[in-house]
Amino acid sequence: MARKNGLKTLSTPLGEDNPITRQVLGICSALAVTVKMDTALVMSFALIFVLVGSNVIVSLLRTLIPSRVRIIVMLTVIATLVIVIDQFLKAFLFDISKQLSIFVGLIITNCIVLGRAEAFAMKNGPVESALDGLGNGLGYGLVLMLVSAGRELFGSGSLLGMQVVPDFLYVENGGWYVNNGLMVLAPGAFIILGLLIWLQRTLTRYTEE
Amino acid sequence: MRGSNSYTYLFVVTMAVLSALLLSLLKISFQDRVEFNRALDTKKNILKAAGVLERDMQAMEIEELYSSRFEKRVLRDDEGVERTYYVIGSPVKPEGYVFPISGKGVWSTINGFIALEPDRNTVRGITFYDHGETPGLGGEIEKDFFTEQFAGKKIFRDGELVSITIAKGQAPEKDEHTVDGISGASLTTNGINSFLREDLTGYLTVLER
Repeated sequence: MARKNGLKTLSTPLGEDNPITRQVLGICSALAVTVKMDTALVMSFALIFVLVGSNVIVSLLRTLIPSRVRIIVMLTVIATLVIVIDQFLKAFLFDISKQLSIFVGLIITNCIVLGRAEAFAMKNGPVESALDGLGNGLGYGLVLMLVSAGRELFGSGSLLGMQVVPDFLYVENGGWYVNNGLMVLAPGAFIILGLLIWLQRTLTRYTEE
Repeated sequence: MRGSNSYTYLFVVTMAVLSALLLSLLKISFQDRVEFNRALDTKKNILKAAGVLERDMQAMEIEELYSSRFEKRVLRDDEGVERTYYVIGSPVKPEGYVFPISGKGVWSTINGFIALEPDRNTVRGITFYDHGETPGLGGEIEKDFFTEQFAGKKIFRDGELVSITIAKGQAPEKDEHTVDGISGASLTTNGINSFLREDLTGYLTVLER
């Protein structure tokens, strides 16, 4: 792999090589936790923590890990970090951890984390790996924020828990506006995510080979 | 040397011990906070079942409301089994009762509370919490759209305890003992049907007094 400079390592996963919209990884959690922006935000931070942590640890150990068991070792590192963040959320953000339910635990099986450990951290130094983890985590977070902003705005009429659509517009108060119930359900996430991928591929003129 | 079996074993065992050690330390250091959150969540669900929980209540307010309006009672049956329940309002003229319910769903033990009006027949509210059912399927039991249906239903028919049954699909109209089911959650709701009836039977002496 050609050596990319640090800034590029950080910035490509945000857009042109985004783990969700370009590589279409990590979809399960992107659908599940994006009904509201606050859960999506916490989930993004949890993933960034796990991704940076696992990339750095795997990268530091990369010359020591016996290659026959490397996947098991990576999963041990990832699982440990996931339990750390899960316990942290249970201790300090109990309500949000309840809403995220099993999805924090499922970061263990998130393809992005194992993918970055195997494809990047095993071959690069800890600083670059940290940047790569941060970039991919932010790229994941960015898409989660966009999807959840769309879903919360159209599904609940609010952003980050704050009412955006004025009360008097609602049918109950004599207006004409009704929240779009579809956006609260999983299909809403599929639609917004699909639109995002379409938009990105149109703008970057990307085509499948 | 890195390819040898003994190195691989040594490496894997070291990794396992280190991460186990880290996680145990973490668990112990967060235990108090997690238990506090759990206890608060239980009280919150008692209040919610009783219908007195308001949105955005702080921990202090929940504690205060709980200790001022709720009284814990213990029922001891002939076999010496102890069952806890809660009386709302003054013991002389109770405003309602809250009974803990719990039992097996599909993946986990579901915990919850059912609150009854002073007539000990009409349901005031019900909550399910602290469960590990599939989000989006069985996990929907904790959502308001489902639990709200229970309010106003009756657990006795002609003096006989019939409990409340979650129908498969839609409940018959004007049926006082049945609520609509959730599609994709039949096994979870079957579990609830049986433990709800069983647990209410356990409190029969209180209910019929």
